[in-house]
Amino acid sequence: MNAVVEVAGLTKKYGAVRAVDDVTFSLEEGGIHGLLGRNGAGKTTLMSLLTAQEFATAGDIRVFGESPVENASVLGRVCFIKESQVYPDAFKGKHVLRSAAWFFPHWDGDYAAKLVELFNAPLDRPMKKLSRGQRSAIGVIVGLASRAELTFLDEPYAGLDAVARRRFYDELLADYTEHPRTIVLSTHLIDEAADLLERVLVIHEGKLVMDADADELRGSVTTLVGRASDVESFAAGRDVLDRSTIGGIASVTIAGLNDNDKAAAASAGLEASSVSLQDLIVRRTGAISEGEAA
Amino acid sequence: MDEGRPIFIQVAENLESQILAGDLPEGAQVPSINELAAFLRINPATALKGVNLLVDQGTLFKRRGIGMFVAEGAHDRLMAERRSEFSQSHVAPLVQQARSLGLTAQEVQTMISKEMEK
Repeated sequence: MNAVVEVAGLTKKYGAVRAVDDVTFSLEEGGIHGLLGRNGAGKTTLMSLLTAQEFATAGDIRVFGESPVENASVLGRVCFIKESQVYPDAFKGKHVLRSAAWFFPHWDGDYAAKLVELFNAPLDRPMKKLSRGQRSAIGVIVGLASRAELTFLDEPYAGLDAVARRRFYDELLADYTEHPRTIVLSTHLIDEAADLLERVLVIHEGKLVMDADADELRGSVTTLVGRASDVESFAAGRDVLDRSTIGGIASVTIAGLNDNDKAAAASAGLEASSVSLQDLIVRRTGAISEGEAA
Repeated sequence: MDEGRPIFIQVAENLESQILAGDLPEGAQVPSINELAAFLRINPATALKGVNLLVDQGTLFKRRGIGMFVAEGAHDRLMAERRSEFSQSHVAPLVQQARSLGLTAQEVQTMISKEMEK
């Protein structure tokens, strides 16, 4: 398989802040991947760098094997839907769709029209007068109907209600199945989107802290609850992500337990439960950093 | 889907249960990867992984260009497998719970007999 994105040592500094800090990864062709992390972690900056809307301070970016910077042949194959997209003043929804049709070589106008109905998107009002959800709907329509070989969707459903979000997930899955391509979805609604994701990249304070198959992560972390002394003796020397104690009862969250370990925990009288993808990421990125503590 | 366990394993277990229950008899065609993905709202790659697990076990077989089917003997083999796991997966936790409640083996057996007569 071919790598559609290859990034090495990528760094973006704004003054003293490292928004993206020495990030290295690659994405193979095809698949729906999650770019996850807290607000301000560097997700949008990373996607902006990959689509040449920002310039890197250091490091190397290859998209379809070439640098994306001022490279029309690369950027024509890429679609980036930003949450904070700014439109020209008089721009209406229909203008957005018309420019998209002109810009994206694989644009499917019939599909876009179907999505306009589905999301009830207003096309005849200025974009800046629309609600957040309505603007998001237009972004989602462009993101799906562009059928770009590489699509970045950055928090595409801000302001959309639960029904519209469900429709978006279903459409994403259906259209991806019919027209396989590479999709990177950035979101903090991890629980909602988790089942759609094949691979998960987690970014925290500019650094890539996790890059793994979503299904490998599920079940890779276990929470054990039991008598504090039993819990502590079992947890000693293991990769403990989180622990808490109440009275004589303790709870620890441990990574990397195999089936034998789990059996041992059960016979030690500890109750085991698996940790969801969302919980796992919260635990990996929720530690209070030195900066926050100061 | 249960978020704490690998989804491809749940996909495989789900199909196994349908085979065990007779909803998918031997020789029957299994839903396609895309149908499974859309129905379960999961990534098609994950659905494929789950189905491939069953193909590797010989529970399902592929017919190129046509689809996937339940293999002959799959039902009995799954039944035997689940039976051999039953003690570990169901009886062991039951006994553990019974012990912590101070129930004797005799009392538990009586309860089981009663329940099975229903």
